[in-house]
Amino acid sequence: MGHGQQCGFDLMSIPSGSAWIDKSASGMARYNLFRGVNWGRLGVIAVPGLWLGIFFFIPFLVVFKISLSESAIAVPPYSAMLEWDLEEAYATFKLNFGNYIYLFEDTFYLDAYISSVKIASVSTLITLIVGFPIAYLIARSKPSMRVVLLSLVILPFWTSFLLRVYAWMGFLKKNGIVNEFLLSTGIIDQPLIMLQTDFAVYIGIVYTYLPFMILPLYTALEKMDLTLLEAAEDLGSRPYQSFFLVTLPLAVPGIIAGCLLVFIPAVGEFVIPSLLGGSDTLMIGRVLWDEFFLNRDWPMASAVAIVMLVVLVLPVMLIRNAQGKEEVHS
Amino acid sequence: MSHKKLGLAAALTFALSNTVAAEEQVLNIYNWSDYINPEAVTQFEKETGIKVNYDVYDSNEVLEAKLMSGSTGYDLVVPTGSFLERHVQAGIYAEIDRSKLTNYANLDTVLAEKISRHDAGNKHNVPYAWGTIGLGFNETMVKERLGEMPLDTLDLIFKPEVAAKLADCGIGLLDSPAEVMSIALNYLGLDPNSEKKSDLKKATALIKSVRSSYKYFHSGQYISDLANGEVCVALGYNGDILQAQSRAEEAGQGNVIGYAIPKEGTLVWFDLLAIPADAPHPDAAHKFIDFVLKADTAAGISNYVYYAVANTAAEPLLLDEVRNNPGIYPSDEVKANLFTQNAHTSKFDRLLTRAWSGIKTGR
Repeated sequence: MGHGQQCGFDLMSIPSGSAWIDKSASGMARYNLFRGVNWGRLGVIAVPGLWLGIFFFIPFLVVFKISLSESAIAVPPYSAMLEWDLEEAYATFKLNFGNYIYLFEDTFYLDAYISSVKIASVSTLITLIVGFPIAYLIARSKPSMRVVLLSLVILPFWTSFLLRVYAWMGFLKKNGIVNEFLLSTGIIDQPLIMLQTDFAVYIGIVYTYLPFMILPLYTALEKMDLTLLEAAEDLGSRPYQSFFLVTLPLAVPGIIAGCLLVFIPAVGEFVIPSLLGGSDTLMIGRVLWDEFFLNRDWPMASAVAIVMLVVLVLPVMLIRNAQGKEEVHS
Repeated sequence: MSHKKLGLAAALTFALSNTVAAEEQVLNIYNWSDYINPEAVTQFEKETGIKVNYDVYDSNEVLEAKLMSGSTGYDLVVPTGSFLERHVQAGIYAEIDRSKLTNYANLDTVLAEKISRHDAGNKHNVPYAWGTIGLGFNETMVKERLGEMPLDTLDLIFKPEVAAKLADCGIGLLDSPAEVMSIALNYLGLDPNSEKKSDLKKATALIKSVRSSYKYFHSGQYISDLANGEVCVALGYNGDILQAQSRAEEAGQGNVIGYAIPKEGTLVWFDLLAIPADAPHPDAAHKFIDFVLKADTAAGISNYVYYAVANTAAEPLLLDEVRNNPGIYPSDEVKANLFTQNAHTSKFDRLLTRAWSGIKTGR
């Protein structure tokens, strides 16, 4: 029996004696290789790793694969990337970058990305301005009170998100509660047009995502050592100075976490702009919907989604990662 | 192997062979929301002993996305003509076996002929209901602003100087590019099914010239908005506008809603019963289709949903308020002015959606 066969090129040779010896030898090697591994640590990492792999990375690859195909009238409605026929002995491997090229040719998509980022950034900023005092108040209140206040923050999650957005439609419409109140008090004499405007979208996003801002801010502010403020005061710092020089810098991790938790989902938001926004509210989530449902162009829709992930989310994650490392170094 | 396992295997084999011989007595229907009288379903269950699982959707696009992903488990779906046309091309429907339909002769042959433009020989569909896209308006609000001009005209939404007068009380259009664009093309005297770029440009320019007078493009919002007086004119589906009419009556705020089929002609659509090729219970689906074709079932549905059925035998059984409502069953003269919207090529769909996004967002 030749040496090459033992290496497993010939499947028939595997049950032979020499192959068995080979296998156990490699088994020994593996044992040595893993001797330095901390199994407990690996086990802990494996669970979230597996989770991310199955529910994030593999779906991402599937979407990426679809983005490289062409749309077709078929089930599923896109062309196969790899086609082969063993009898005819041919295989073709097709990649279609046309979707990505089209994305950059038509400025409409760029406009949609920019408009989404604008709406998401402004709402994140408003959420931060509104959320910070609330988080501060909760963190500085009595421990027994904190539980009550925190549960009030979480309370809206007990109702469906969709219902809450619908409730805003009732508030903001032409003969809705806000207009009725303002008209009856004589502050305005014509009903304000609020629904189906960008204004309503900002309200919807800020309202919906506020808890995601408050909770990380609270965590950061709550674990702050209050004696630091006393020390600042002893050293002659005025309250507003201590706030900007002590409290705010210590809250930075919470601010970053909160902003990311609000910004990332807000960029891709679909429900809020379609229910509260006007027909002219341009957001990438709606463009995606149109590609998917109106054009029935799954590959194009996938390309839009991939570009959004790469252009918007990836830099944010990289910045976050870099900051994490910096903290470790300092 | 234990006896227990053997028994189980035998039972499984028996069950499998049994499904081949006679399918399970279940039927999974996927239909539009509020599109049947509930008694019809219970009646069918009582007559046949088949258990019906009834699931609903509210847009063709959602139905299509599901069907195109494959193996939905549904036995009966109700797509609109232009969508069915494309689905037939994709080969996702089984042929209807007419030998199983004892009531097929009840169908309106004139309408069936029109429908065959979507599906040659109507091999894959049986008509369920049909309707028009037309103008819903708040009579008082519109007359206040326009005086005594006739309201059965698309000038209301397509003529800039007329639409501008209505802008303050609100105009809503369907957010449905293919349908609205075909109506605009027809208004301009062009072929409503044209795929010419130059025609698309003309229709786009027309809608852009009145865009500033529109409040929104939305396919469902106008029902409650018309009833509450949030908008005063809407281009929408006849059944939806009639629903707004009855809601306005119930609310009693003095809003009177009218429906008109524009004299320039408009789009007629057909919702069609079809059986997916991978339906697990095709026999039950055929039984249900035959049940819907019965004169009294069809009349019951039409009387309840306020949409027309393409069933000649059902006509004498319709309520007067349904049969004589020109918004539901238009006169032959008006019918002659209606056109169907065919499925577009993917290439044209892309141009159309792009033009539509341009109209909506002003880009």
